[in-house]
Amino acid sequence: MAPRFQGVDFYDMDGLLMEEERAVRDTVRAWVDERVLPIIGDCYVAGRFPKELVPQMAELGLFGANLPEEYGCAGLGNVAYGLIMQELERGDSGVRSFASVQGGLVMYPVYAFGSDAQKRSWLPRMASGEVIGCFGLTEPDFGSNPAGLITTARETKDGWVLNGAKMWITNGSTAQVAIIWAKTGPPEDVASIRGFLVPTDTSGFSAKDQQGKLSLRASDTSELVLQDVHVPKDAVLPGSQGLKSPLLCLTQARYGIAWGAVGAAMACYDEAVHYAKARVMFGRPIGGFQLQQARLADMLTEITKAQLLCLQLGRLKDKGAATPQQVSLAKRNNVDMATDVARETRRLLGANGILAEYQAMRHLANLESVYTYEGTHDVHTLILGQEITGLSAFA
Amino acid sequence: MKIAVCVKRVPDTEARVKIGAGGKAVDEAGVKFVLNPYDEFAVEEALRRKEQAGTGEVVIVCLGPAAAQETIRTALAMGADRGVLLQADAIPADGFEVAKALAAELRPGGYDLILFGKMAVDDYNQQVGPMVAELLDLPCVTSIVHLDLTAGAGVAEREIEGGVEVVEFPLPAVLTAEKGLNEPRFPALKGIMAAKKKPLETKPVALGAGGVEVVALTTPAERTAGKIVGEGAAAVPELVRLLREEAKVI
Repeated sequence: MAPRFQGVDFYDMDGLLMEEERAVRDTVRAWVDERVLPIIGDCYVAGRFPKELVPQMAELGLFGANLPEEYGCAGLGNVAYGLIMQELERGDSGVRSFASVQGGLVMYPVYAFGSDAQKRSWLPRMASGEVIGCFGLTEPDFGSNPAGLITTARETKDGWVLNGAKMWITNGSTAQVAIIWAKTGPPEDVASIRGFLVPTDTSGFSAKDQQGKLSLRASDTSELVLQDVHVPKDAVLPGSQGLKSPLLCLTQARYGIAWGAVGAAMACYDEAVHYAKARVMFGRPIGGFQLQQARLADMLTEITKAQLLCLQLGRLKDKGAATPQQVSLAKRNNVDMATDVARETRRLLGANGILAEYQAMRHLANLESVYTYEGTHDVHTLILGQEITGLSAFA
Repeated sequence: MKIAVCVKRVPDTEARVKIGAGGKAVDEAGVKFVLNPYDEFAVEEALRRKEQAGTGEVVIVCLGPAAAQETIRTALAMGADRGVLLQADAIPADGFEVAKALAAELRPGGYDLILFGKMAVDDYNQQVGPMVAELLDLPCVTSIVHLDLTAGAGVAEREIEGGVEVVEFPLPAVLTAEKGLNEPRFPALKGIMAAKKKPLETKPVALGAGGVEVVALTTPAERTAGKIVGEGAAAVPELVRLLREEAKVI
């Protein structure tokens, strides 16, 4: 059995964490070591999301952990929340994605834009894992440009009728409820975008898993079709209005992704270090060769920078002072960094690096999705460019 | 049912420890400390007993430095009700001194059950639990892997060479937990947040030096390279001879 993960902490970041933050990190770390890592390689090869972990995740309190206790959540600060995402993604991006979607993209909008009745009805059941949710914003023809979405919600006497299609929806086929973003006005009216709570057993709603993924194989990704889906009046999230509502959700999720990427990078670096010390070639461990040492030194440097970046972002978020642009910088930097670390680990491991028995190639393949989802790397580049110059390069 | 669990703050079993400058103690700089793994079984067992009974109290008692508050809070996060830290900056090598301090705290507590891990993974002494039992004049069963309690009495199982020993005892009693007694729960996030609000009392204790002194600590000798005696069936007699005469393992 592999030795328990000891963390990567070159700058004593532990000393900057509060006791409860370390305790949260350690409990999730131990859970990932014991319950995720032994099965995740097989799940990945089989293309199966490990559903059996969901009740355990709920029992630990991983869903919506930064939302208030009155809704059955743990009421954690943002750094502790980030550390959860870090440790989950150290296991696998698919497991972290599940928790990100449930917490950041489903529970958060219910909490931020929902009525009191919606919050009381949905949040405790989502925290306990009884209800799994998914987030439907992206459409087949509208990814980086969500303002163009063409799913519609038409108001009737007694409710709403939704029509449209959504794509790349994590947990889509598992979910009991979908948060669907639709226009209540004409296609050009971006301000008419609103969020709707749509039970997935509603007539006219269907979800189909997308096949043939070579990344995030331990995660369900689905296509949703809504054909004359009738929902009652109170299905709308009353506080949601315009594109900024789903974008606020994405800022939540992206914050978690910035931390998650660090977890994937830490897993790969740890694997690279162990391998470099143990693998003998030309009569000595390959860790003794300068080329491998340069790889490891670069990895440790980039991981350390990314860790400190996340920590400060979390502290700003706790003060309510983090901007979406700061979140963009962290997501952009950390996912790119983690992809590099995963690739260099894959290479350091030589032929072994392509096996599912090791972690690097699984993380590398996953991170290629993470690079693209939740705002592609390029889109975050343009967000920062606009922030710097005041000039939009989008359209 | 009122249950005390005595726990210890120890270096993480995966930590690479170095010997300190004096050569008599471990250098604690940069070492991560955890709740002693055997004590986790004791905490878990106490929590299960309380949950089964539907009533009761689980009290964590720890002798150690101020930093051991964090160790106690780990147990509180698992679900224990309150903690007592008997604060001492240095823990003497003589377990009897520790046992006397713990017994003094436990004696007036009116506990039905006092649980320990079978040993601490830093000193491997397996002493303190039985010593506390002796000081309190209570029955003691060590290294238990199964426990049944009825009103006022209990039956515990111990794994012994080639079998299982079944021991009956009256309550109150002192038990020490062996791996296999249960599977300790992960502290849930809500438990971690709740632990911050649970009572944790700190009492300074003065400990005697005791009759045991650590004279020196040394690391184990580096393992020497292995030997290949040959290949195939022809090498077997030589391998057997070396295992018997040189390695003396068969």
